[in-house]
Parts: sequence; C-alpha cells; structure tokens
Amino acid sequence: MIEAVLALSALGVLLGALLGWTAVRFRREDAPLVDAIDRILPQTQCAQCGFPGCRPYAQAIARGDADINQCPPGGAAGIQALADLLGREAKPLDATHGREQPARVAWIDEEVCIGCTKCIQACPVDAIIGAPKLMHTVLIDACTGCDLCVAPCPVDCIHMLPACSGIAGWRAPRPTAARLPNIDFLRVP
Amino acid sequence: MAREFRLGGAPHLPASTSVQKVMLKVLLALLPGIVLSTLWFGVGLLLQIALACVFALLAEAAMLQLRGRPLRPFMSDLSAPVTAVLFALCLPPWAPWWIAAIGMLSAIVLAKHLYGGLGYNVFNPAMVGYVVVLIAFTRELGAWPALAAGSALDPGTLLHAVFGGGQPWDAMAQATPLDTLREQLGQGRTLAEIRSGPAFASAAVRGEWLALAWLLGGLWLLQQRVIHWQVPVGVAAGVIVVAAPLWLYDAGRHASPLFHLSSGATVLAAFFIATDPVSGAATPRGRLLFGAGVGALCVLIRRYGAYPDGIAFAVLLMNAVAPLLDRWLRPRVFGRSR
Amino acid sequence: MSSSIALHGFHGGLRLPGHKIAASVQASRACPLPPTLILPLGQYGGSLAQVQVAPGDRVRRGQLLARAAGLAANLHAPAAGTIVAIEQRPVPHISGLPAPCVVLAVDADADADDLAIGLPTIADWQQADAQTLLERIADAGIVGLGGAAFPTAHKLGYPVELLVLNGAECEPWIACDQVLLRERAQEVLTGARIMRRIVGAARVILAIEDRMQDAAEALRAALDSSTDIELVEVPTIFPQGGERQLIRVLTGSEVPSGGYPVDIGVLCHNVGTAAAVYRAIVRGEPLLERYVSVTGHGVLAAGTWRVRIGTPVEWLIAQAGGYSVDAARVVLGGSMTGTAIATDAVPIGKASNCVLVLTAAELRDSAPELPCIRCGECARVCPAQLLPQQLHWFVRAGDWDEVESHALIDCIECGLCAQVCPSHIPLVDWYRLGKNELHLRAVGLRRAEAARARFEARTLRLEQAQAERAQRLAARQAVAEETPASDPIAAALQRAAARKRSEGGTDHGA
Repeated sequence: MIEAVLALSALGVLLGALLGWTAVRFRREDAPLVDAIDRILPQTQCAQCGFPGCRPYAQAIARGDADINQCPPGGAAGIQALADLLGREAKPLDATHGREQPARVAWIDEEVCIGCTKCIQACPVDAIIGAPKLMHTVLIDACTGCDLCVAPCPVDCIHMLPACSGIAGWRAPRPTAARLPNIDFLRVP
Repeated sequence: MAREFRLGGAPHLPASTSVQKVMLKVLLALLPGIVLSTLWFGVGLLLQIALACVFALLAEAAMLQLRGRPLRPFMSDLSAPVTAVLFALCLPPWAPWWIAAIGMLSAIVLAKHLYGGLGYNVFNPAMVGYVVVLIAFTRELGAWPALAAGSALDPGTLLHAVFGGGQPWDAMAQATPLDTLREQLGQGRTLAEIRSGPAFASAAVRGEWLALAWLLGGLWLLQQRVIHWQVPVGVAAGVIVVAAPLWLYDAGRHASPLFHLSSGATVLAAFFIATDPVSGAATPRGRLLFGAGVGALCVLIRRYGAYPDGIAFAVLLMNAVAPLLDRWLRPRVFGRSR
Repeated sequence: MSSSIALHGFHGGLRLPGHKIAASVQASRACPLPPTLILPLGQYGGSLAQVQVAPGDRVRRGQLLARAAGLAANLHAPAAGTIVAIEQRPVPHISGLPAPCVVLAVDADADADDLAIGLPTIADWQQADAQTLLERIADAGIVGLGGAAFPTAHKLGYPVELLVLNGAECEPWIACDQVLLRERAQEVLTGARIMRRIVGAARVILAIEDRMQDAAEALRAALDSSTDIELVEVPTIFPQGGERQLIRVLTGSEVPSGGYPVDIGVLCHNVGTAAAVYRAIVRGEPLLERYVSVTGHGVLAAGTWRVRIGTPVEWLIAQAGGYSVDAARVVLGGSMTGTAIATDAVPIGKASNCVLVLTAAELRDSAPELPCIRCGECARVCPAQLLPQQLHWFVRAGDWDEVESHALIDCIECGLCAQVCPSHIPLVDWYRLGKNELHLRAVGLRRAEAARARFEARTLRLEQAQAERAQRLAARQAVAEETPASDPIAAALQRAAARKRSEGGTDHGA
C-alpha cells in the first residue's frame, strides 16, 4: 500500500518535473499579442471600430476592452483570423460599426476642390497631397479607402470609387462550368 | 462586325476519359476471374453478383434521392456495380440473398453516402460491406464449396439455398486451403503433412489458377493506366517482407511467401481492392507504403488473427492511415529540394 | 548535323493528338493589311509602354509609337497611317476586360510606304560589341515570341553557358514555329549566332520535335557543314516545349522554383525571337509582324500567316475563309493553354502564336463535373510534380496556407491535369483562381504594411509637433515669468488677466 502511494507520488513528481522542464526548454517565443493582432487588422486606419487606428484597436482587443467583431474592412475573414489567433468563436460583424464592402479609394474632383487642406489633416496615412488654396490630389497607391476625408470636405468634392478596377485588380471568377449542385452532407429538409 | 464569344478556361478540349469509363474498365478486368470462378463454382457467383448489383443500385438511388443529388450522373457512373461485384466475389456462391442485401446496405449507405458519396468515402465500401456480414454471419460466410471436385450445385439446390433458406453446408461445404492451413497448424501438424492431404493439393492449384486470372485483369488495368503499379508491388513486398522471415525461420510451421501470394484473395486485393483510389493513398510513395501495409497486415492476420483471410481488415486499417501517408510522403516539386 | 546528345526525361507529360497538319502543310502567306491596327500598351506583367504619339498624328511604318517602360518593350507602327485614338479596347486577357491601346487607321497605300523608318543596320555583327547589339534588340522592341512576351534584351543581359533555341512547339494545333523554321532557317540560325555573341554561350542547342521533319531538313540544309549549333530532336511529348521541361530534357538540371534559367547558366529563346533578332540587327527592322497559325474546325481554310502586330483577329479569320457555322470559341494560343477571347475585335499581339477556333461540340464545358475520385492521373501527368487533386481541394476550401505549401506557384498551367481528369473538374480554372487570390493577398499585405508605416510615421510626426508646441509654450512662459517688466505687451496682458481674476470671472458665466 505505502509502496504504491510512494511510487505513484514519485512518478507524479518526476513527470511534473519533466513537464516543467519542457515548458521552459521549448517555450514558444510568440510575438507580443498586440503585434500579432495588428498584423491581422487591415491597416485601413478608418477608426470605424471606435479607436483612432488599427493599432489602438489591437491594443484594446489585447486588453480585453474591445470585441473582435468591430472591424468592417477586415470583414468576416478578418474576424475569423482574430478568432483563430485568440482561440475564440468567430461571430458576425457588429453592424453598429459599419458594413463589409469591397475596397475603395478616394478620388478628389479637382474642378471643385478649393484647397482648404481639411482632408489632408484628416487623412490617417498622409495619402493626400496639396497646399492651402491649391488643388489637392489623392495618392491612390497609399489610400486605404477609410472615408475619413469625405466628411470634412466643405464642398463635397471627394468621392469614394472602387479600388483596383481593370485588369490589374481583376478577380478570377469561381469556376462554374456544368457544375452539379454543391456537394453536401445529408440534406436536412 | 466583331463577333462575341463565350469565355472559358483552358484546356478547351474535353478529357477523353470519365468516371464511367474507369469503372467499366475495372469491371471488364474482373471478367477472366469471374469466368473461371463460375466454371468451378457454378452459376452461384453470377447470382450473387446480380443480387449485389440490384441491392447496391437500389441503395444508391435511395440515398441520392434522400440527399437531393441528381440521379442520372451518379447512377450511371458504375461505381456502385464495382462495389457490388467486388463484394459478391467475397461471398460463398450459395449465401442467402439477405447477406447481399445487408452487405450492400452497409457498403452504400454507411461506408459511401454517410461520408458524402462518390469520392468522399474514407473506407473501401465493398470491404466495409464484407466485414459487416463476415462478423455478423460467420457461419453463412464460412461455408465455401469444395474447390476440389465438381462441386457446382444444380440450379434447383442453389435457388433453394439462396432464396429458400435451405443451407447445404453439411453436405457440400469444405474448408478452403486457408481454413485448412489455419485449423491444422493449430492442431500441431506440419505444413508438409497438410499439403499432402487429399483435398488441399488440388484446391490450392485451382486457387493459383484463379490468382493468375485476377493477375491477367490487373495487368490490363495497369496497361490502361487505371491503377498505379505502386499498390500491387507494395502488397507483394509487404507479404514477402513479413512471410519470408517466418518461413525461413521455420518452414514447417509457416507458409511460404508464394503460398500467401497465390492463395485466398491476395491477388484480387492487390489489383482490385487495395487499388481503390478514393479510399487509398494518392501520392506515389504513399501508395507503395499503403500496399505494403495491406500485404504485411494480411499475412499477420492470417497467421495470428481470428480469421482465415485478413485482406478485408488489412485494407480497412490501411484506409484509415492513407491520408496521413499522403501528408508525410508528398513528392518533391520540380525545381525544389525535398 | 543533328547531334545525338543523351536526352533526359521529365516527370509526367503526355502524347497528345497534334492537329498540326492543317496549319503547317502550306507555305505561309502574307496577311493583307487591315483597315485598322490596334496596339495594346500594356505588355509583360502589366507594364505600360509610354505613348509617344497623339490622336491625329501621321505615322510611318516603323515609327516609334510607345517607348519601353518597366517590362514593356518599344512599340512601333506596323504600317503607315494616322493615329485615330488612344483608348480602352478589348485585349487578349482571360478577364475579357479592355485596356489602353493605340488605334491606327492604316493608309490605303500603306504597303507602298517607301519612307519606312528603320533602325541602323549592323552588318558586321561578328565584330560588334555585346552592348551595341543588346541596345539594338531593345530598340527593335523584340519580346519573346513563344508566348510570354518577356523583353528579349532583358533576358540577354546575363552571360550563360548554354543557349537553347526552342523550336519544340509541343502544344496541339500551333504550327507557326514549324513553318517559320521551314521558311527562315537561315535567319533563325544567324539570330542564334548573334544571341550567342551577346551572352557568350559555350554551347548552342536548337531543339525541335521529332515530328517536324520538314523543319529539320531545312535546318540541316541551312547549317550546311557548320557545327557551332547542335540540332537536337526531342520526342513530341506535351509540355516538352515548356522552358523548364526543355532545359531539363536537354541538360538534366532543373531550374530552381521561383528562379530563372540563368540561375543554372542556361538561356532559352523561341526560334521566332531569334529570327526577329536577325532582322533587327542585319536588316534594321523593328518587330512589326510575326507568324500566326489560324486553325481549328471552326475556320474554313486553316493555314499560317505572316501577320502585322495589331491586326484584329476578325480580319485574320476572314483571310482564313471565315468561321464555320458551328464556331463557338476563339482561342489565342493552343487548345491546352490558350486564352479564350470574348470578341474577335481583339488584336494579334507580339506573343499571339495561334488563333484556334473550336466548335461547340468540341468544347470541354459540356461535360458535367463529378466529385474527384482521387484516381491520381493528374499527379501522374503533372510536369511540375505537384499534387493537383490536393491543390484543388485546398483552393476550393480557401485554405491559402496549404495552397502555398503545396507549391501552387510552381504550376505552369499546362492543362494536362484537367485533360486527363475522369471527373471533368476544371482544375486549371481553380488554380488560376488560387494564383489570382494569392497574388491579390500579397498585394493587399504589401498595402497594409505600407499603410501601417505611413500611419505610424504620421502619428509620430503629430506627437512630435505637439511636444514641440508644448515645449515652445513652456519656454515662452518661462521667459515671461523671468522678465515681467521687459516686455510691455506681456506686462499689459498680465495686468488684464489679473484684473479679470479679481473680478471673479462673473462676466464669463453670464
């Protein structure tokens, strides 16, 4: 009896020590959580999540102050990636923060622009160039389509257009030729 | 004036093959063996094949209907008849009709459609059906006619056996060479003694001729590129690797590799059952290892397991690890190191 | 002489029906000039050439229309005429989307244009230095005529051991290289020698397929007794004419994944490109026309034509007798890898080697798709040694990490997997979707990275500006407190503020 207890205890101590040692020896040096979250976020810097940029939102998620479904540009795929990273259930996008929509870029109607610089101050990624009383223009390669420049414009000369139209932004269609109905498990009536 | 055309992806010409053609070739390749079996065992085998096909197609149609899938392309792909024929080949020719019904229900409903239908089954449907009836109805499945003498039943007796419930095993049944081997080795006899037994010799010879018939069909399938050489070669290698050391260690108590290769369903399995692409491995080295596993397990089960032949169990066990083999044994990509 | 070097094999591949007789049996014919030529500005990898003309300009044959930029090569006027427009027109692209093109109305008597602008010739190219030859090739706007349209001068910029001239036209239906070799063997050989001078290759191999006996004879005659170029006949197995497969067959080495042939000291050029190099160097001709096969059961009179770049497909089809009644698809290229076009207003480009017209009954689309039965035939024929069925599952499921790990990027889209699939799965369509998605994701990731950097830089700048402002304010206040009397304005303000404070701020709240 006493031998059995001793043997099991010794085994427990031994295995526990082994586990502890492996935990130290093979520790995974994960990048800090905020960086990992920030890498998933789309970097639109649109502030639709309620925070002044993607990184502040990442910090809020890491602290537990924000949910993972507040980023409309990241959409369902982004929420899924965050859920995978954090080991949580994915959930639908919180509609109070906006809708998921195709990528867009801002375009300034240069005929109408009065050169007030308000949009330049609003742009979170310095994608608008111009000077007071001179025409402004958007660097479409740098524009994230965040919408933040649209509201400040006093003459409504900024329009959001679909990003990447033409051959460069073409998306291959899903093959559909002579497809049978989707392959499903038992159909439940 | 410019003319508009419908777009479509390359390649633009259709494939010259189809699932139906592949399955048809498998059925054709089984013919020599079926003919030879029928000559020796009588028309009972043909009756079993017909029964299995009917039940398989009924089950297939019912499941397609239930799952809301189109009937025409899937009923005509011939995959259910292939399952049915392979299953029927494992049955004694006078097995009662409900054996085929239960076997095909298990194969088509359980092993095939509950996993998603054609192309999605993890386990070989024919072998699942066979194992279900083998475990559930050992007595009916164990009753094989003697390979030795003119053992074909007359049609009346046969019909009575299959549909009437009258089983003639007391009168006609005789152990297969594998049964004999298993039983008598267990009684402490040596191989030499068993081999010289009256029924054994001629039965074994007939078994070898049958193996040659399966081999003929299998080689044609290889030539037609329906199956890959890795599987049969793997099976043979697996059998030899396990059987040869045992035989060399004590030839008196262990059968030779050649006996294992030529008896029972080894050749049939190597070319027709283990080569089922859906439930087998898909990478070249994976197929080799898959076949070797089937061969090795088969010999081990024959020698140490509870059943005289182990092919069905060996195939199902290897089915379970096939996806893992594929993952481990991915081929080297052109221009990359492994 | 044909030399018998030891050939190596390559994984997979298939002997396919050639269908080449219709396009190769006759000698090539000159395609008459169409009323309008359309010249796309977008070239290799989407690079746009820079336009040098404006609508209304008169241009002469050989005049520069657009200057090389990025990986786009020079573009010359294939015939004399007037620039009508520079606008979006349908181009040969799988998307069927339009792209910017120069539209040229051809003069009625364009072929009588004696004022054609040529390049200076280099008759004694044996003595010329490599740099001069390279510049002339770039000036002539020569790109790879085998199908990729990569600028030739870019490819010739590195010294190599072995120069391979690719005449192994393995794809069914296409016969333009075969006809070219038959008719211009001498030009191809001279072009090859010029290329050899540029890259300093120790060996030159001209590879053709063993079924092109007419081309082999012409080449043997042109080679005469010279042995500087080895003529090698390779077995006709698709896709042997693929650059990587051909190099593997000739040398036994593999071009590394993601790398180029120069990485293993080899350079591979299409035979048509060699002929174009000869014409540019010795005759001073820019690349204005090419050999194009027009074939398939959907045209009435198949054949091979010498076609000016920019000729609309519609015009070329008319030369080939027009469409048959059941013509259903027009493909630029062959049946295995060619691009279907949405309209025959699309022009012949520098890389268009074949116009294939297929009938409705021939098309693959009519066969219904069944689930994959994992037969493995796709993996057996794959020349890139991939696992096509696994790739198909991962692309379909959108598992992009697995798609990358299964090396989709190494797929050469030869089409063999789909051609042998008993389940009739449009595999190549799925791989295109997968590659497109991986590309867009990479672009998206790059953009996100740039946006993060810009956002962080801006945040830092704003913080610094605020800090500086606060510092300046603090400094000013410190100065004000130290010397209250020295500044009369500050003193007055202080007095005012003191008075306000003493009044208790009552006037504020009211």
